[in-house]
Amino acid sequence: MEAVIGLEIHVQMTSLKTKLFCRCPADYRGAPPNTHVCPVCLGLPGALPVVNREAVKKAVMLALALNCRHIAEKVVFSRKHYFYPDLPKNYQITQFKGGGGAPIAEDGYLELLQGGGVRRVRIRRINVEEDPGRLVYTEGDITSSPEVLIDYNRSGIALLEIVTEPDLRSPKEARLFLEKLRAIVEYLDIADLSLEGSMRVDANISLPGGARVEVKNIGSVKEVEKALSYEVVRQRALLSRGAAIGRETRHWDPLRGVTRPLRVKEEEEDYRYFPDPDLPPIPLPRELIDSAVAMLPELPDARMRRFVEEHGLSRELAYALAMDKRLADFYEETLKRFWAPRLVAVMLAVDYLGFLEKNRLRMGEDRLNPDLLAKLARLVEEKVITPEQGKHLLFRVAREGVDPVEIVEREGLKALRSEEELRRIVERVVEANPKAVADAARNPKAVNFLVGRVMRETRGRAEPRLVRRLVVEELRRRGVEVGE
Amino acid sequence: MRIEEMPATIVAEMVRRGDLSAVDYVSRILERAERTEDRVNAYITLLKDLALKRAEEIDRAVGRGEDPGRLAGVAVAVKDNIAVRGVENTCGSRILKGYRPPFNATVVERLLMEGAVIVGKTNMDEFAMGSTTETSAYGPTRNPWNLERVPGGSSGGSGAALAAGSATLALGSDTGGSIRCPAAYTGTYGLKPTYGAVSRYGLVPYANSLEQIGPMARNTEDLALLYSVIVGHDPRDSTSLRDSGAHLARIENVDPAKLRIGVIRELVEEPVDKRVAREVWRLLHKLESMGAEVDEVSLPLVDYALPAYYIVAMAEASSNLARYDGTRYGFRAPGATWEEMVVETRTRGFGWEVKRRIMLGSFILLAGYVEQYYVKALRVRSAVRREILSLLSRHHVLVGATMPIPAPRLGERVKDPLLLYTMDIATVPANLAGIPAVSVPAGIVDGAPVGAQFMGPPMGEPLLLGVSKLCEEATGFRDRVV
Ligand SMILES: [Zn+2]
Repeated sequence: MEAVIGLEIHVQMTSLKTKLFCRCPADYRGAPPNTHVCPVCLGLPGALPVVNREAVKKAVMLALALNCRHIAEKVVFSRKHYFYPDLPKNYQITQFKGGGGAPIAEDGYLELLQGGGVRRVRIRRINVEEDPGRLVYTEGDITSSPEVLIDYNRSGIALLEIVTEPDLRSPKEARLFLEKLRAIVEYLDIADLSLEGSMRVDANISLPGGARVEVKNIGSVKEVEKALSYEVVRQRALLSRGAAIGRETRHWDPLRGVTRPLRVKEEEEDYRYFPDPDLPPIPLPRELIDSAVAMLPELPDARMRRFVEEHGLSRELAYALAMDKRLADFYEETLKRFWAPRLVAVMLAVDYLGFLEKNRLRMGEDRLNPDLLAKLARLVEEKVITPEQGKHLLFRVAREGVDPVEIVEREGLKALRSEEELRRIVERVVEANPKAVADAARNPKAVNFLVGRVMRETRGRAEPRLVRRLVVEELRRRGVEVGE
Repeated sequence: MRIEEMPATIVAEMVRRGDLSAVDYVSRILERAERTEDRVNAYITLLKDLALKRAEEIDRAVGRGEDPGRLAGVAVAVKDNIAVRGVENTCGSRILKGYRPPFNATVVERLLMEGAVIVGKTNMDEFAMGSTTETSAYGPTRNPWNLERVPGGSSGGSGAALAAGSATLALGSDTGGSIRCPAAYTGTYGLKPTYGAVSRYGLVPYANSLEQIGPMARNTEDLALLYSVIVGHDPRDSTSLRDSGAHLARIENVDPAKLRIGVIRELVEEPVDKRVAREVWRLLHKLESMGAEVDEVSLPLVDYALPAYYIVAMAEASSNLARYDGTRYGFRAPGATWEEMVVETRTRGFGWEVKRRIMLGSFILLAGYVEQYYVKALRVRSAVRREILSLLSRHHVLVGATMPIPAPRLGERVKDPLLLYTMDIATVPANLAGIPAVSVPAGIVDGAPVGAQFMGPPMGEPLLLGVSKLCEEATGFRDRVV
């Protein structure tokens, strides 16, 4: 049973220096409450908004990257009215099609690479709008806290709202779409989406025979896949029991991993949209858009293609690098110093990312840099150390920022390549472990044990595959036949 | 000449030269306010101590040989919908009671830079919604000329302060006539600038696309002087015109023999009060005798201008006034939940006229109606602008009565919204068209002044100020303090 999924994504433009309509700093994270505020973003009577042109420029860049066929000739902002304490004017300045307003861009698409094929996900529209403030619950959550504090530091931060058509067919596809979108946003230097709360997603999902269910305010790409998978299971179970699924809005609880119904309003709210009379339309002349086209950087798909075609990387490896701008930049910086694309790609996309994940670090919080990685890659490529040693050394370099060439020199880590020498160590180990030798015919683990012993004797300086071959040969010499 | 009657141009000149002490002069104005306020109620907040302290600073600066600026020491009254840092900013509403803005409006910054002394915040119809200054939560203002009658509105406090001599200059705001109406009824000069000529930063919005802050004064030179200080581009207001500047405050030397005046028939005939029309014609005949060419023209869209104006104004007002909810500033009524508090605050904090306009404005913006009303009103608005500009291509200025009736008695109009709204028939076209308009005193009816309104082309303020000067010479009506 295929799901029908549409997404509404809010991206904070964290790369901007100031908020969307005032000069308050856009970087509010970690600031004491209500310190990044002014009359404009507090909505004080008489204060007036002035559009941050940089935000408009970034939105146009995104519209181009998402292949939008329609980009507004004039940027019009509209007011969306609803009463909520985090909204200082009780209206949000956003964009809306109607009453003279329009989104900044419409009718685009994004292509997903799905098993050899390409899936096209249509983009309905892109809006530029302001973020509301943040409610802070002193105890528990919205349902249990006895009081609520309001922090307006976030009020007026520039947001992009990207709405897709319901073209996604599975939670996994939704994740792939968001990963691609995230990559594009980072390539265009619109936002650092690793920042908490910088990307928020509302997802609509329905299964054949059921109505559309909206899951609101999901905080990350991974959570979107989880929330949607949960919904698929839940809705499928209901439908298979013959129960009906009505239109509803649910909320994703990431701690418990479930969605829950939200209190529903009896009637659809009327937001009374109309163009904001404080913000005259900003013309977007054709020349400006053309110059933006010329300024578009290489985007993830093109970069990935280049990595495959010119660097000889596998599609998977190229994808893993290209979808993460900083990683891909790191990769290319390293290649400038030492050309070994496949080796460097594996070191980064496999070893390095593994290291970061294991140590719960983000890129930049460790001490690896392209200089050190290039030296390390050279050591491996020139067979001074084994790939296995290279991996261990990478962890050390990332942790301590030490020069791998010096370490290899100082600690005598050069790879043990002499078969003669290795064979002597193998003989010694086999001699010393008669029980393992006896077990080896029946139990392959015994062979692993012997290989491990040899590796330990060589302090990891030997090539494991070579050691294995020598161990098997030695056993065979002693009449123990081992299956490969 | 009594001190309170002195033109601002002379006060500033004397203070700058050290011939008049700002403290003496300001004290005299404040005494005057003390004597008249009981009856007139022109001010919501009088800034006695602040004004005297400021006057002392001006005198000291002069003593040091510094030039305090073009408004050195001049007592300026500021309408209470314009933000003055640290001073209560009520907009004539209970809901803003206690709200002190932490910033100055751009026009206030400019006043202070030129050495002005702000003597107080003047009374107004609640959120500028009204034409009589009776909807204020702080009691009505009475017309100093005739205490039975209203001073007009919504900048009634500013007009009354000038007529009472409790200020030498005043700032008003004009959304649909709120400067010109009280100017007409208090025997003063009031200018509604070209839309975008004066920064709205710090003006508490009623209907953003229509309104402008503007000067009020007892003679044309003062009007131009105050205008020259506040006019000019402001990057903090996105609707501010780039080519706005002090050149717009020049008083053009108008040769009456070369002046072509179009009299808008609809604004001097029925239903305009005959006595008002007679005073306007009397003024026009004087201009004619000075050589001006006076022709009658027609502005048939006038009848549609009023409803279009109210639709646009109410729609914008309903949006602008959403923010007053008791959460962050001003009046707050108790409530068990946030929603309850908001409902209670707005119920008790807003007056009837304001609630009526919020309700109507909210209705107009509903999804099903916004095209039918709001978008259609915008089309009428463009048509009105086109029609006026077309008339202005054949005539230098257009003229009519500022107000269709003489100053009403207190309570006479305010109870019936339709009667109240029709008072704005002559003034709203200029706001819809975004063009400048000036009201000048034309004569006296029922013991209170009435005015004539001249409309000019966009950025045509110098011409309007020139015509205003001609009228002033023709009528000799200036510097009248009652
Ligand atoms: Zn701000």
